[in-house]
Order: sequence, then C-alpha cells, then structure tokens
Amino acid sequence: MSRDFRPTASWSNLQRRAELLRRLRAFFDRRGFLEVETPILSADTVVDRHLDPFRVVGGQWPVVGSENTNPQSPIPNSSVWLQTSPEFTMKRMLAAGAGRIYQVARVFRQDEIGPLHNPEFTLVEWYQPGDGLDAGMQLTSDLCEETLRRGPADRVTYAEAFDRCVGVDPHTSDGRQLAETAQKLGVASPESLSLDDRDGWLDLLLVERIQPHLGVGRPVLLYDYPASQAALARTRQDAGRPPVAERFELYANGVELANGYHELLDPSELRARNVRVNAQRVADGKEMLPEESRLLAAMESGLPTSVGVALGFDRLAMLALGVKTIAEVVAFPFDRA
Amino acid sequence: MASYNTSEFRKGLKVQLDGDPYIMIECNFVKPGKGQALYKCKLRNLLRGTVLDRTYKSGDSIDAAEIDEIQAQYLYRQGDHFVFMDNESYEQYELTAEQVADAWKYLKESMVCSIILHDGQPISITPPNHVVLRVEYCEPGAKGNTATNVTKPCKVDTGAEFPCPAFVNIGDLIKIDSRTGEYLERVKE
Repeated sequence: MSRDFRPTASWSNLQRRAELLRRLRAFFDRRGFLEVETPILSADTVVDRHLDPFRVVGGQWPVVGSENTNPQSPIPNSSVWLQTSPEFTMKRMLAAGAGRIYQVARVFRQDEIGPLHNPEFTLVEWYQPGDGLDAGMQLTSDLCEETLRRGPADRVTYAEAFDRCVGVDPHTSDGRQLAETAQKLGVASPESLSLDDRDGWLDLLLVERIQPHLGVGRPVLLYDYPASQAALARTRQDAGRPPVAERFELYANGVELANGYHELLDPSELRARNVRVNAQRVADGKEMLPEESRLLAAMESGLPTSVGVALGFDRLAMLALGVKTIAEVVAFPFDRA
Repeated sequence: MASYNTSEFRKGLKVQLDGDPYIMIECNFVKPGKGQALYKCKLRNLLRGTVLDRTYKSGDSIDAAEIDEIQAQYLYRQGDHFVFMDNESYEQYELTAEQVADAWKYLKESMVCSIILHDGQPISITPPNHVVLRVEYCEPGAKGNTATNVTKPCKVDTGAEFPCPAFVNIGDLIKIDSRTGEYLERVKE
C-alpha cells in the first residue's frame, strides 16, 4: 500500500495556515486594498533570465496582444504559459486606473524543488499606485510585523550587507574580484561559473555568506540592488555612485520572503531589457521567452508610478508556524501532487 | 558516456568525479528568487568513504559512475564478512561490514540485494526497498491501541531494532522501508 496519498502537512498546520491567510486578507482589506483575480494561464509571461515558466500545449488560443511578428522567432504564436507571478496582468489593471490591489495567486516555476521551493506555490502580490520604494518597504514591514510578530524590519542596503559580510563592493567589483573573494572565503563554487558572470558571483556570495545572517533577529529589508539585477524595477543614480535598482527583498531567519520593485514605467527600457535577457537565456542554453506583451501596451498607454511587492505565502506560513520545510505547510507538495 | 543534468540530481545518484565513483548523499537546491539556481551537493567517495562538497549551477551535468549493478542473494555472514552470490553467474562476493553499513539490519538468508561493482570488485549493497521481518521481542502492546503515532522498540530476527506502533506483538511480521528504517505495516504470513 502506498502511503503517499496522504497530506504531508499536519491538519493543525493546515488550520493555522488558513488562519494566517485570513489575517493577511484582513490586513489588506483594512488598508483599502481591493482583492483581485487575474489569469494564471496567459499568452504573456515574465521574461527573466532565471525564471522558467511552464509552457502549456493543447487547446485553441486566440493570440492577439502578444502576437510575435518576428518570423525568425522560435516561439510559436500559440504558446500560453502558466504564470510565474501575476505581475503583468495586475500592472495592466493599474494602467487602466485601478487603485490599491492585491491578489493571492497560485504561480508556477519549473525545476524549483527543495525544502524552500515547490514548483507550484502561493504568491501574495500587491500594488500601491502613487507610492515609492520607502512606502513599499514600510507596508512590507507592517505586514511582516503583523503576521510573524517579530517586530518591524531593519533596513540594510545590498552594498552594506556585502561590505559587512564579505568585504567587497557589489556595485564596482568585477567578476574576477568576486571570484577571488569567494575562493578566499572557502565558498564551493560551480566550475562552470564564468568570470564574466558578475551577477552569478554576486548570487553565490549572497546565498552562501550573507543570506544565512539576514533576519536572524528582526526581519531585514535588503534594498538598492545592483542595476544589472533590476528585473522590472526602475534604476536610480546618486551623484558619484554607480546606479542601483530600486528593488528590495524581505528576509526572516535567512529565508527570502518577498521581493519589491519601484516599478519600471518606460516601455522602451523594458523592451531593451527583454532583448538582453533573451540573449543571456540563449547563452545559458534556455529557451527564449516572448518579448512582446500586453504589459508593453499598458506601459505605452501610461502606467502610474507605483511600488509592487510579491510575497511567498508558503514560506511566510512556514516561519509563522516555526517549521523548516514547505512540505509541512502545504497538503500535497509536487512529488505528491 | 552517460551523464546527469542538475534537474536529475537527487540523493543516491552515483556519479564519476576525477576517476572515482561517488554517491550523492545530500543535494540542496538554493535559489535567490531572481537569481541563479544552485545545487549544493555532498558526495561520498564509494571507494574511500571521503566526502566532498561541490556546488553546481542549473544546467551543469556530472558523468554517471562507471559501475555495474548486479542482483545477488545473501548467503551468510562469516565474522566480519558478508557473503553474496550473483544470481546469474553463481559467482560469490564478499563484502566487509563497513561496505555493508546499515544494510545488515535487513539482511535475511536468500534475500536478493543489488550490489555495486567497480572494476569487478563489490563496493556496496542495497537491500530491497521494502523488507519483511519477524518481531522477536517487544514490550506487550496495550489492547485496542491502534494509534500509529506512539511507538516502541521492536527487536527483529536480523538482530536490529525498529520503532513500531504499540499494537505490534512478538511473532508479528512487519514491513520496514529499508531506505528510512520506517515501519510501514503488519503483514500476514
């Protein structure tokens, strides 16, 4: 008799997870956010070097907005994707005049399996039109305080964290300097990590030597990322300093919980980033993702200034319940799905 | 040569590094939300027992170990050695207690196990995933207690002890998962 029909999470953990979700919804409702639902299956998908969406085949799909006009493109017109986050559709709502909105969405990311990863997971995503980085971090801290009850989050810049934990400047060091730092600190490095891949080395140092310390006491908001890791955030350049991405992440107990952007508004900049990301994906041996999308149309019509945040609800539940794996807070993880 | 991609990485994978066979004993997936996925692995050298830490990024691959796997039945134990016989060639193989490791807990006469050979020499054995063992001694169970979350130690016919539910009695046949040592169920003769 196979026993893997059973849930991996205990019934009491599932009850506490449901209670946490009620508290989270009440938090947003009190602050005047409208709960929305947007498509999880879409013709568009976020174009990110390290996010691999599931492509869905079969069925008829009327592709209009993201019809690709490039005959050389390897992406068939009829491709649809399970969303890696509801970002595009929620921003389309903002461009159409929505106020503060939030969504509790199921999202999907290929090959992300581990104690802190499940290929299907629950993302809480919200947008604060009119707000900037500071207000986004404030609300994230408030939500964290209300759900984890471990005080407001401290703020540390990406550069301060690197300076303190590994002693390098993440904005000015080149790949070779970062690789030497990793070697000096005894970090096991992938042989295939090239010296040109600055962001790859930054990720390695972050994961190995910085992240374990983040949010060990009070939660931490890490902000002002390298401009090369802006993704969908705008960049800013202070006098005499290298440019930074107006992006932040929330950490508690060394676990990454949320990612926020002061949203990029310029469609031509997004087009340029999509082209760059696809070139990197091809170099990494991955498939290209569609560069055109209805989000670009929304940005062309005018996206309001806003800050947007995505929070991993399964991990929040994990920390709130004091357990170490996602399998303890979801009924059926991927290997039992 | 066969190789394994990072998406196939898992505990128990046998790979070849610098000419030696290794078994993956740990594989931790770590990934910053927007960053490079990394697989932090611990690999044990199947010949020497030494352990290596290696980190791979998604898309990397490792060669499969140059080993053969045969099915052999367990014959007997002689001092510090365990003797097995290849079911097809009838050739006998001796493994040391160190090579057998925890598998002794499951070994019963004529049980068919898989043996890994490197250059024709046995280096490790794996018992079947589920093995049936007879309980030789345990404290008496409370009548009517069918709870599976309270356990007591039960000594079985191989000499090993396993935690079992309170309702298990002396003489019962129990099924154990040899990969985890976990009690699965009582079985009939």
